[in-house]
Amino acid sequence: MRQDTNNLPDVVYDVRGLNLWYGETHALKDVNLQILKNHVTAIIGPSGCGKSTFIKTLNRMIENVPGVRTSGEILYHGRDIFDKDLRVEELRTKVGMVFQKPNPFPKSIYENVLYGPKIHGIKNKQLLMEILETSLKASALWDEVKDRLDDNAYGLSGGQQQRLCIARCLAVQPDIILMDEPTSALDPIATSRIEELINRLKKDYTIAIVTHSMQQAARISDRTAYFLLGELVEYDYTERIFSNPRDQRTEDYITGRFG
Amino acid sequence: MDGRTDVRKMIQDNISHKANRVDAVMPKFLLVMASMSVLTTVGIVLTLFFDAFKFFRQVPLSEVFSTDLAPLSADPSFGILPLINGTIFTSLIAMMVAVPIGLAAAVYLSQFASFNKRKVLKPMLELLAGVPTIVYGFFAYSFVTPLLMRLIPSLGSKNVISPGIVMGIMIIPMVASLSEDAMNAVPDAMREGALGLGSTRFEVAVKVVLPAAISGIVASFVLAISRAIGETMIVTIASGSNKNFSFDITQSMQTMTSYIVEFTSGDAGAGTTGYYSLYAVGLILFVFTLLMNLLAQYISKKYREVY
Repeated sequence: MRQDTNNLPDVVYDVRGLNLWYGETHALKDVNLQILKNHVTAIIGPSGCGKSTFIKTLNRMIENVPGVRTSGEILYHGRDIFDKDLRVEELRTKVGMVFQKPNPFPKSIYENVLYGPKIHGIKNKQLLMEILETSLKASALWDEVKDRLDDNAYGLSGGQQQRLCIARCLAVQPDIILMDEPTSALDPIATSRIEELINRLKKDYTIAIVTHSMQQAARISDRTAYFLLGELVEYDYTERIFSNPRDQRTEDYITGRFG
Repeated sequence: MDGRTDVRKMIQDNISHKANRVDAVMPKFLLVMASMSVLTTVGIVLTLFFDAFKFFRQVPLSEVFSTDLAPLSADPSFGILPLINGTIFTSLIAMMVAVPIGLAAAVYLSQFASFNKRKVLKPMLELLAGVPTIVYGFFAYSFVTPLLMRLIPSLGSKNVISPGIVMGIMIIPMVASLSEDAMNAVPDAMREGALGLGSTRFEVAVKVVLPAAISGIVASFVLAISRAIGETMIVTIASGSNKNFSFDITQSMQTMTSYIVEFTSGDAGAGTTGYYSLYAVGLILFVFTLLMNLLAQYISKKYREVY
């Protein structure tokens, strides 16, 4: 375990020399990147560039894919997440994740939001109700569902389901939220609501979001990372990436010449 | 010659000459084939009903639902409760064996086993289902019963525990395989959602996958219990033909199915009350499984988690 005291307070994730293989396919090549606290970091790139793979490596969800190997280090608040002593459940409690397609459990809205707190041993009814309300308010869903908390989550619209998944994630009070193309299955109105939500959550949370929409990255992120064929081509302030990229390949992509 | 035109012409010639007879006849043929099993079922039910009706005309209901079963005595009586008792006890013991083991195997196979382990284990488990029931019966009588006698010295050579356990073993693959299918049908996205909240794999299995698959799991239980109720060979061999009404599972009890075996292979002359009693028992067996299926539908509807 290495400590990097210089920028520790502001760095949530410090990725150092990360490589990843799916069997023989080299999917991530020597990625170095820091994710900063209370920033929205957008990860963009064409399909198959490794952006989803990358974000799923941050909470080790990628290990569910058979035949995955990694090398390098990912320091989460200074601690290597591949450390043998680290419990992956503990990591994933601190690192929330919102997926590409809304994936609520086939349970009530209430049970969905409180699934996390309950499995992590919170039993006090009053406290659970508080968590329920705060999480649903934070995900801007409370007003729409407060009268039907016992209804099945699958009765909600796609956009509502995704906000429910965000509420479910907020309910365990993570420190960073990873979002894997959270709006790709949603219509433009639902998308803009999620984007507003991300803007508001930024105050209290660190967010890393994979998106295939460059406009979305430009609208909501502070920093943008551009991936191409498993390589991190460029990582910088979002304005700079979109106005004055240093790498020709980034420019080709953002100007729409490719991808 | 232009090859393309040639092919087009050939196809058009062929299509205009193609006989439509096959297309006209085939659906009808298939319908007849499909009706076959439906018609057979209807036939069986009708036979059961008619002959069972003759039985119920000869024997008063108060006698049928009594504990007194002595079909071959000079003054025969046809109380069915001892048989129902035997059937329920053997099936209950079978379920007590099959449900926990089958479900645990299903959870292991669908949630924990690696691809390679699963590839080996599942076919092996399903192999158990291919063992003929007569072999299971023999296994119960000549292996399990003597083994149990060491634990329970008062155990009869024919008893209820041993065939119950062996029947349970027989239906483990049914429970395991069908429950595993139900759990595998739960979308991976749901598992990921739960893992992403810091659940352990076991929590994911028990709190997310199992409830989401419950209707399929309950269906597997009911199929298994129907199989246990209808199972014949194991109980005929290992549970014997004691017609006394008792709750002592260490001793022999006759089940509905083994009663039918005893009588059809014995001396009930056609047209006698004893002969018709076979149909009555058959009908009650049928009603039992029907009720089971209705119960299953009710349970799985009530607890279904829609996704």
